[in-house]
Amino acid sequence: MVFALLSIVLMTADHRQHHLDQVRSALSVVVYPLQYLVNLPVSAGQWFKESLSTRRQLEEENASLRTKQLLLKAQLQKLSSLEAENLRLRELLQSSFKVGQRVLIAELLSVDLDPYRHEILLNRGTTDHVYRGQPLLDADGVMGQVVQVGPFTSTAMLITDPSDAIPVQVNRNGLRSIAIGTGSIDRLDLPHLPNNADVRKGDLLVTSGLGGRFPPGYPVAVVTSVKQDPGQAFARVSATPLAHLNRSREVLLVWPAGHHHHAPKAAKRPSSATGSDAGRAQAREGDPAGARR
Amino acid sequence: MTLMRHHGGGIIVLTFVVALILTIVPVPEWARVARPDWVALVLIYWCLALPQRVGVGVAWLLGIIEDVLTGTLLGQHALALVVVAFLALKLHQRLRLYPLWQQSLTVLVLLTLNQLLILWVNGITGRPAQSWLYWSPSLAGMLVWPLVFTVLRNLRRRFAVS
Repeated sequence: MVFALLSIVLMTADHRQHHLDQVRSALSVVVYPLQYLVNLPVSAGQWFKESLSTRRQLEEENASLRTKQLLLKAQLQKLSSLEAENLRLRELLQSSFKVGQRVLIAELLSVDLDPYRHEILLNRGTTDHVYRGQPLLDADGVMGQVVQVGPFTSTAMLITDPSDAIPVQVNRNGLRSIAIGTGSIDRLDLPHLPNNADVRKGDLLVTSGLGGRFPPGYPVAVVTSVKQDPGQAFARVSATPLAHLNRSREVLLVWPAGHHHHAPKAAKRPSSATGSDAGRAQAREGDPAGARR
Repeated sequence: MTLMRHHGGGIIVLTFVVALILTIVPVPEWARVARPDWVALVLIYWCLALPQRVGVGVAWLLGIIEDVLTGTLLGQHALALVVVAFLALKLHQRLRLYPLWQQSLTVLVLLTLNQLLILWVNGITGRPAQSWLYWSPSLAGMLVWPLVFTVLRNLRRRFAVS
């Protein structure tokens, strides 16, 4: 009886406020060995695969990566000049737009969480200055945001989780809306677009940056269907996320520019090195207390 | 209940750890939905076999650990497991005498109750279940119960856990 009451009190406290973050983050250290153990075969398998791959495979991979890098570099050249131009123009308009963000590569632990929540476990925590609400990307688009941080691990909610919503805009015309997760891994809904909104199949949705969580301009999804029913006030628009939500193994944690948390210096180079040298004091500041600014 | 009579607590802890690992070990998508609630199964077994050692307190602790492990609301699994352990303790004398298939049916009821409590909590916090498949872990749990029971009983006898 006492225990049942205690559970109910705990649940209320956990749901209503975030009082229990400390408890949860402490407990996450306790369960970390379990998670590590479960992840071990997968990481060991990868290690074996890497160390046993033949020279030829490596050469092929090297070559393909080289061409890819060349292509990306070429695109980047254009981008940097465009970025400079954009900044100049914005300065003329006296707008306070900032580009340049810090990123850190995190790896997923192959651990299954609750099948009815779209959440993933990352191998970075407060020791790497991860904070609650931090945006998460992969190579193709926005994946989600961090919802729970422990010292060594953190949990992130994907954008397809039914309780997730992300402010987006149509890249073609700047039409703003909110994309809401549906609970199925390949669909987002945009329920708040009126029937006469200018949105078409194939439109690219990018983050609008309005919520203050996600930095603006990252691709989120592509519109797959627009149904306009004259009897309804709103169009039924659904979209497919661009990020490989169930396939990516490495993800990018982003510290948006102008964010007041101290992003680690080590995070500037996008390597997988841990930034633990920056000390615990800063890790404290990375706690969720101020993250909901 | 002197200290002498307690024996083999390590085995109990070990089985719970294995159950927790089975809860988060990655499996293919089709099996993921129907993954039996291993923690509840093992808990029910120990409640039947050693009601003086494993009870509601252990269930609560396990539930909290499971909550942190799977990222659910803190206390959600704890509440469900506490109720399951309570009922298993109440029924343990009767359940021990049942043949295996009858035990399985009772376990199905307990597991369904377990899921029902979780479903309620999810519903209250705005995460309604989306399909009937939600109940498949209970059925799967019923099907694996004879296996769990036999394995754990052999373990208990082998290592004389009491």
